[in-house]
Amino acid sequence: MTRIYLDHASSMPIDLRVYEFAKPFLTSSHGNPSTLHSVGLEARRAVEESRSKIAQLIHAENENTILFTSGATEANNLAVKGTALRNISQGKTVVASAIEHMSVLNPMKDLQKNGYTFTTLPVDASGIVDLKKLESILSKQTILTSIMYANNEIGTIEPIQEISTLVHETGLYLHVDAVAAAGRIPIDVQKDGIDLLTLSSNDLYGPPGAGALYVKPGVKLQSIMLGGGQERGLRSGTENVFAIAGMGEAARIAHHEMQQESTRLIPIRDRLIKEILTIDQSYLTGHPTHRLPHHASFRFSYIEGESILLNMDMYDIQVSTGSACSSKTLEPSHVLLAIGLKHEEAHGSMVLTLGRSTTMEDVPIVSKATNETVQRLRKLSPMSQEWRT
Amino acid sequence: MATVGYSKKVMEHFMNPHNVGVIENPDGYGKVGNPVCGDVMEIFIKVKEDIITDIKFRTFGCGSAIATSSMVTDLAKGKHIDEAVKITRGDVANELDGLPAQKMHCSNLAADALHEAIKDYKNKKQKK
Repeated sequence: MTRIYLDHASSMPIDLRVYEFAKPFLTSSHGNPSTLHSVGLEARRAVEESRSKIAQLIHAENENTILFTSGATEANNLAVKGTALRNISQGKTVVASAIEHMSVLNPMKDLQKNGYTFTTLPVDASGIVDLKKLESILSKQTILTSIMYANNEIGTIEPIQEISTLVHETGLYLHVDAVAAAGRIPIDVQKDGIDLLTLSSNDLYGPPGAGALYVKPGVKLQSIMLGGGQERGLRSGTENVFAIAGMGEAARIAHHEMQQESTRLIPIRDRLIKEILTIDQSYLTGHPTHRLPHHASFRFSYIEGESILLNMDMYDIQVSTGSACSSKTLEPSHVLLAIGLKHEEAHGSMVLTLGRSTTMEDVPIVSKATNETVQRLRKLSPMSQEWRT
Repeated sequence: MATVGYSKKVMEHFMNPHNVGVIENPDGYGKVGNPVCGDVMEIFIKVKEDIITDIKFRTFGCGSAIATSSMVTDLAKGKHIDEAVKITRGDVANELDGLPAQKMHCSNLAADALHEAIKDYKNKKQKK
């Protein structure tokens, strides 16, 4: 049995080319980029080169628009709190879609506790944000609207350009969490009209421990991490040069190989979806066509997701689930509830995220394992056939 | 070191649960949990002279929900109902070599389902 890892949305292996590229920044070129001696300057050059590669991936105006953070969670926190605090004179209203990552929703809830107004924007059954509703809730006081480029749990790609037009007609800034989308589909922050954009290194096959926030020239932001004044005073803390250098190289490779890789993955994804949907009472979650190339997500009636995950792992196939039992809060995924699933439906979810290691040969193995898993768990389940006393 | 994941015993019972199924015309039937919360368990018992001679279960739920159901049926099988009713969540969890803290409610449910089935048996017996 060979391992088939289909949980790339949770964590990804580092690309070996990236690893080779970045290794010297842990061993020989290990300097602190803030120092002026030659070892420090080697590290500084690596950080600046990375900035420029990341700017190219998202077609940013220039490399100075890229701020490095410890990861996407910090970048999202900085985008939300940094703009809300800095632009308080213009308004105290923030908006986010109901399917945003917790690292957007929780900082907004925190702002709400501190006197801001926080409105969540509903999505339809396929996960697309309600544009009419967005138009109606935007006001001059809406200083930040945060909508993700694509959702990590259901794969749906949002109409960012239309969202941007609406946001800028009335409100101030649009923040876009592009962690799931970057490196998978082309992103052009200028054409898309994005003010702030979050990226994660690991989601590009880079090392964990680095993220970036794109900040459009002129956007007013304040630091939420105070200290030595690195990253133009907007994010203090000595740079994680290994992860940052690796992130840049990963972004460069993703930029070059994205189209080829999508063209390779889409037929595999579609075949997988087709095969799995032959299972009785199985359903695709998310949008059928406005969907990330590497993303296939489902729900199965009468069974529970953690059991699906454990059972699939017995076939050495790693998957993810939005079930309550596998979460720390014991609540089912807020994303699945937002697309209108009932609690008992949301419990039975399975998310497959493909990657560079995935091949067409995996499809029959994965669909067979899924079918056997679903059948076995349904046999155990009192939900599939009601027994009456 | 903190426990990581499920014990080997939990996984054994999850992959090959004992006493799965339905008993037609059971002497006692217990059902607990709620699909909204993601756990439903039902237990069927056959009782002869107050001894549980056969027991079966069906469970909708996570790995530990399935494993605890399997374990509680093992523990109850062949026992006198007065003994079986004393089986606690702690017994179920211990026999499985422990459960992660947030999964302890699963062992609660399994013991509850058994107790419900025994209660049902006693009620039916009284009516006779």
